[in-house]
Amino acid sequence: MSLEPEMFKSLVRAAAEQVIASAPELTALDQAIGDGDHGANMKRGFEAVLGKLDLIGSQPLDEAIKTIGKTLVMTVGGASGPLYGSFFMAAGEALSGSKQLPDDLAEVFSRGVGAVSARGRSQPGEKTMLDVLFPVLETLKAEAGQSDLIERVRTTASEAVARTAPMQATKGRASFLGARSVGHVDPGARSSCVLLHAVCNTLEAGQ
Amino acid sequence: MNDMVGIVIVSHSQDIAKGTADMVRQMVGSEVKVAFCGGNPDGGLGTNVPLIIEAIDKAWSPKGVAILVDLGGAETNSEMAVEMLQPERRNLVVVCNAPIVEGAVMAATEAAGGSSLEEVRAVAEELSVA
Repeated sequence: MSLEPEMFKSLVRAAAEQVIASAPELTALDQAIGDGDHGANMKRGFEAVLGKLDLIGSQPLDEAIKTIGKTLVMTVGGASGPLYGSFFMAAGEALSGSKQLPDDLAEVFSRGVGAVSARGRSQPGEKTMLDVLFPVLETLKAEAGQSDLIERVRTTASEAVARTAPMQATKGRASFLGARSVGHVDPGARSSCVLLHAVCNTLEAGQ
Repeated sequence: MNDMVGIVIVSHSQDIAKGTADMVRQMVGSEVKVAFCGGNPDGGLGTNVPLIIEAIDKAWSPKGVAILVDLGGAETNSEMAVEMLQPERRNLVVVCNAPIVEGAVMAATEAAGGSSLEEVRAVAEELSVA
């Protein structure tokens, strides 16, 4: 797997289009346990990312990933903006330092996940996007270099989303519901899964 | 000698943000700079980093700015906005852990007396302890 600029653009386009297409589902999930704006917020943010696709495609990879992060921060309009924005800005920052893709994928991803955790002052098990991002990070670390890494990431993400349903939220708006948050999949976990699946599917198609 | 800590009010609702600012002005007067913002980039309920940065600029004082927020996303977006400020300004802005209306009034009252940013924050956050 190497990350050519055209491939990177395809990944960003696919991720954005999938999130935009998933907006109604994300909204429905958020209406159950949040304030119902996750779909619309993510759609607005990723439409702005699509609008900058030419700029993103022309930048070095670290700058391009930071541009995605800043764009989300400035346009999403909910807590998911700073959370996803911090992920991409930290991942880009890791690449501005000594880290490289694909060799340091787990390390770069880890920096992004760490930034989300710090921004949200949250840990796995609290029914958030971290409940997808952490298991995927573990898979990236454990399975680095394996030929079926893409498939394993995809499966890890799907299974991790399903595991958020029985969790009780202790962070974010869903925590207001207490025990009533149990039984619903977390919308942020779902949007993380949508993004990861889009990236996996596009990488696989490009192989 | 006129320097007073500025107050920024960040709500998901522009109406709540404006109403809170109106209450602060009526109770504390106009000498403390008060800026407010609310709504997502499409004008719906939500918060919005560029507008928060703009409000911080409007309320800017060399003594710093105290931000009062309503719900989670307002806090997260406010913290993000602070991090995106010029480095020399970042340490002069705090997000208060306080109820938005009472916190804004108490913070502005304290600011009007010429108190430091830490004193203003402490007075607002006393409301959260009880």
